[in-house]
Amino acid sequence: MATSFASATRLVATREIKTFLQSKGFWIGLGVLVAGLFASAILPSVFGGDRESVAVVGPAAERVLSGADLDVREVSDAATAERLVRDEEVDAAVVPDPSGDSATGVRVVALDDAPTDVLAQLSTAPPVSLLDASDVSQGLQQLVIMVFALVFLIFGMSGSAIAQSTVTEKQTRIVEILVATVPVRALLAGKIVGHALLTLGQVVVLAVAAPVALALGGQSELLTVMAPALGWFVPFLCVGFVLLAAMWAVAGSLVSRQEDLGSTMGLVMMLVMGPYFAVMFFSDNPAVLTVLSYVPFSSAIAMPVRLFAGEAAAWEAVLSLGVLAATVVLTVLLASRVYAGSLLQTGGKVALSKAWAASS
Amino acid sequence: MLTVKTISRSFGDRRVLDDVSFDVRPGRMTGFLGANGSGKTTTMRIILGVLAPNGGAVTWNGAPVTQDVRQRFGYMPEERGLYPKMKVAEQVSWLGQLHGLSAATAKANTDRLLEQLELTARAGDKLEALSLGNQQRVQIAAALVHDPDVLILDEPFSGLDPLAVDTVLGVLRERAADGVPVLFSSHQLAVVEKLCDDLVIISGGAIAAAGAREELRAKYGTSRFELVTDTDTGWLRDQPGIRIVDLDGPRALFDLDVPGADQQVLTAALGRGPVRAFTPVVPSLDEIFKEVI
Repeated sequence: MATSFASATRLVATREIKTFLQSKGFWIGLGVLVAGLFASAILPSVFGGDRESVAVVGPAAERVLSGADLDVREVSDAATAERLVRDEEVDAAVVPDPSGDSATGVRVVALDDAPTDVLAQLSTAPPVSLLDASDVSQGLQQLVIMVFALVFLIFGMSGSAIAQSTVTEKQTRIVEILVATVPVRALLAGKIVGHALLTLGQVVVLAVAAPVALALGGQSELLTVMAPALGWFVPFLCVGFVLLAAMWAVAGSLVSRQEDLGSTMGLVMMLVMGPYFAVMFFSDNPAVLTVLSYVPFSSAIAMPVRLFAGEAAAWEAVLSLGVLAATVVLTVLLASRVYAGSLLQTGGKVALSKAWAASS
Repeated sequence: MLTVKTISRSFGDRRVLDDVSFDVRPGRMTGFLGANGSGKTTTMRIILGVLAPNGGAVTWNGAPVTQDVRQRFGYMPEERGLYPKMKVAEQVSWLGQLHGLSAATAKANTDRLLEQLELTARAGDKLEALSLGNQQRVQIAAALVHDPDVLILDEPFSGLDPLAVDTVLGVLRERAADGVPVLFSSHQLAVVEKLCDDLVIISGGAIAAAGAREELRAKYGTSRFELVTDTDTGWLRDQPGIRIVDLDGPRALFDLDVPGADQQVLTAALGRGPVRAFTPVVPSLDEIFKEVI
């Protein structure tokens, strides 16, 4: 019975997964990641942040805040308090409420989301006025960007294992047996599938660990707000991973020894780091973010972020995903040709043009 | 039968194979001989589809060799290599599955082969923990695990000690006896001489000679005899129909110029006293090899 393309792919993928599960490096990496997650969730609440600062106007406000653990600044009138809020000098202001809706006779003024920390300190919650209301608060959006970009970075970098495993096969020359046995494309597909599953598995571990870590750090509410953003992120991430994986495989196939891997990995590394930094850097620039949300590579982070902020319509996401998918198809086709052409060439670094010509 | 038909291949401007044709017959061990750089490895890579020929074709039982057919080939490349960090048995059986075996068959075949190659004790070790000779045996197991229809082995005996050569040879002979065509290359002529049925000699990318070993011997070997008597054999210098190769007291080595002249020499020698030895000297492969290239 001949091995079909699918079963060859499955066999290659299974071997990749098994090999990595048996390596120490894999578990150490995962351990560091989980430890990092717990550290970033718990440490801030252990060391404690700055106390919330509040501007207060009038005796009624001072009465409401008496006994609260807050950094209180007395100001003369409501206008000054509002200016301090807008300048982000203080987190919130407590001002007299002339409307009579408030039981305590005061109102809380904040910039873009209700200051839960301040409110929690108040004996009775007064009404809240937001000066710059938006669908999603700036702080939350920053957080989503950071989490998405970080996950993208983890995913993208873990693809470098594909380059490692490819060069191992070249270095040990088992590649000649493999190529004589199964189609080169099955080899490439198996590696991509195997490592995608491995990375997905790591993300699942993180996803399971995250609620625990956040609960320990007393930040469970973060998860509830992030959840809706994940819906679009997952497909973008999966398609984006295939794109990077194909490039990692080419990077590995162009050299013959582990030691030379650095020389070809640089470009792919840039394609992973670039979007990460671009999105982090331009997160407050809607125009650039819109462009980034269509450019393959960075679209995997930027588009889900824009969707989360309510700045992009569903059709935009579909379009961007389409662009990404088309790039993937094209890249995988080009990559498999270069991969096939360079796989059997040993001795130093293979020039891209030579690899291309070799498989014609 | 595996047929290589008029294949040629160039790398850049360098023509490494030129119109190469030969057959590998079922049930026969075919030795593939040639100096370094004569095109042995390139030919084998083309048979395995790892390289494409510029011209010509390889056929199996008259039909073109496709990926499905090739999957039933067993191949041991010249540049050895398996996964260093994978366990021996696991690795061999994985390769068996890659060749289309079910997991159970692959495992059974692996166990049997490791037993035959005296590797059972090392089955659970990582490949890199084995000595080079043992790694070589694993490589043989990897080429045989799927009970291949054809065996292509590039220098299967290099790096093996004499005992290991015998073990491996036994395994290969068994396959050949089952009707599998076996093509193996070597530059160790003595080894090839001992075990091949057919010979293909390649030189500078072209086939210099091909055929059954005995035929080639008859064709390229000279008719040489050795004579040993009790007295000096200097009288042979005057004997007609022969050419002296070497003369050393009672011992002489000569070639025949005229068929049948050997019998006249024997009669003459017996007339002069006792004859201790009178033997035709079979040309070694070495001599054939030097003759044809």
